[in-house]
Amino acid sequence: MYVAVKGGEAAIQNAHRLLADRRRGDRNLPSITLEQIASQLSLAVDRVMSEGSLYDTGLAALAVKQARGDMIEAIFLLRAYRTTLPRFGYTRPVDTAAMLVERRVSATYKDLPGGQLLGPTFDYTHRLLDPELAEDAEPATPEARSEAEEAMPRVSDILANEGLIEEDGSLPEDREPGDITREPPEFPMERDQRLQALSRGDEGFLLALGYSTQRGYGRNHPFAGEIRIGEVEVEIDVPELDFPLTLGRIRVTECQMVNQFKGSKKVPPQFTRGYGLVFGQSERKAMAMSLCDRALRAGELDEDITAPAQDEEFVISHCDNVQATGFVEHLKLPHYVDFQAELGLVRQMRREYEEGQKDKVTMAEAAE
Amino acid sequence: MVSRQERQALTEQRREAMAILAMAGGSELLALWKEAGLPEDAKTLRGPETGLVTVRGRMGGGGAPFNFGEATVTRATVKLPSGEVGHAYALGREKMKVRVAALIDALRQKPDFQDQIEEKILAPLRARQTEADAQRRAETAATKVDFFTMVRGED
Repeated sequence: MYVAVKGGEAAIQNAHRLLADRRRGDRNLPSITLEQIASQLSLAVDRVMSEGSLYDTGLAALAVKQARGDMIEAIFLLRAYRTTLPRFGYTRPVDTAAMLVERRVSATYKDLPGGQLLGPTFDYTHRLLDPELAEDAEPATPEARSEAEEAMPRVSDILANEGLIEEDGSLPEDREPGDITREPPEFPMERDQRLQALSRGDEGFLLALGYSTQRGYGRNHPFAGEIRIGEVEVEIDVPELDFPLTLGRIRVTECQMVNQFKGSKKVPPQFTRGYGLVFGQSERKAMAMSLCDRALRAGELDEDITAPAQDEEFVISHCDNVQATGFVEHLKLPHYVDFQAELGLVRQMRREYEEGQKDKVTMAEAAE
Repeated sequence: MVSRQERQALTEQRREAMAILAMAGGSELLALWKEAGLPEDAKTLRGPETGLVTVRGRMGGGGAPFNFGEATVTRATVKLPSGEVGHAYALGREKMKVRVAALIDALRQKPDFQDQIEEKILAPLRARQTEADAQRRAETAATKVDFFTMVRGED
């Protein structure tokens, strides 16, 4: 039986009004603008875009503000907004080799064409809190160095020349890339669907799983072959025009993980690879994604599946933080009737248990 | 008759112009449009409307394609009283910008306006975009690691 109970409307209304006030904070301070969030908390905005699976800095900044800085709440807001928009189509695959690079490092080659470009990185900072930032001191403008434009081939293409590394990863030519937002996930998945799920998966969850592979739970000896961050052009084919149309540019982070592989019956010893590609400047996420992508290829590479990070259904079913938070957080919603039923059941079980105890005592007494 | 090569060149020019307009900042484009004083009379056939495109990448960078997320896109189509139809698409939600871009695409098809559009709108936008990219490249280049070898020991 379903019993609807009404009530709490005034409480809910007042709670939301209180939320709006607390979100506003001290009214003697200016309200933070979306432009300030987008430009000064840009990595928070990038994470919301990547896991919200929607590239729009203005909307992601609004979500961060509305969620009072709660990242998963902001991601949830962006995902919900996405569903209200019509879909115009699929873009051509972005070409990361033609990226306007803002950072590019390789841990496998010191001298690679195009060089090691540190870009705006936290690496090599001392991780000491900077009291100057608490003041309003303006930092120096960046140093600039004019250099002739140099091609920056992907590191994987350099290794490929020797034939010691597997190719980029192929699926049948006529395959239309899977879209987990359109078809409900079914296991086993193809790698294209997994990559889509991982790209919008929770950074913390994927980070922990990637870390677990390094600690021995599905070890695969990774090297960061290359990480690059920068803007790529987005192009689309539309029916009304007979040429690909440039929509603009988006910032992405790409990670090419290179992993040792001893070979199998089918494949000679060579380096294998894991791939990460995410919206915005999200290096940790792209690295974690590529570790998980490689771990999830265990079956394809004839490796024993022994660890959580290699278990496709486990990883893909739990990496979406919007689904996860929905199911965990729904526990706090009223379950009064469910609980009443459980309470009745536990009372009955307790009664039966106590009667059983009594019987045991009488039987023991009778035996004496 | 227009030869195949000429047609290709025209298509390439149109593609490049549409790319510049798509990448222009909204307020930047609207200011140049206002200054250029071109005719605004046109019928809106579609939009401007905002929707989504699903962005694709390639596994390993160059392998099989996969979907990795959506992006907001705004599009518009206009028709001039003389019949030319202009289209525009751009990332983001700037409806005014995209409608103006569609108008410019339509006007570009009329020989009378081509030079004016090139000179007053496309050239300044192209110059600013090239300059901004060069600045970004130079700032990144300054963070390039110059390795040097330390000589240790004697001889």
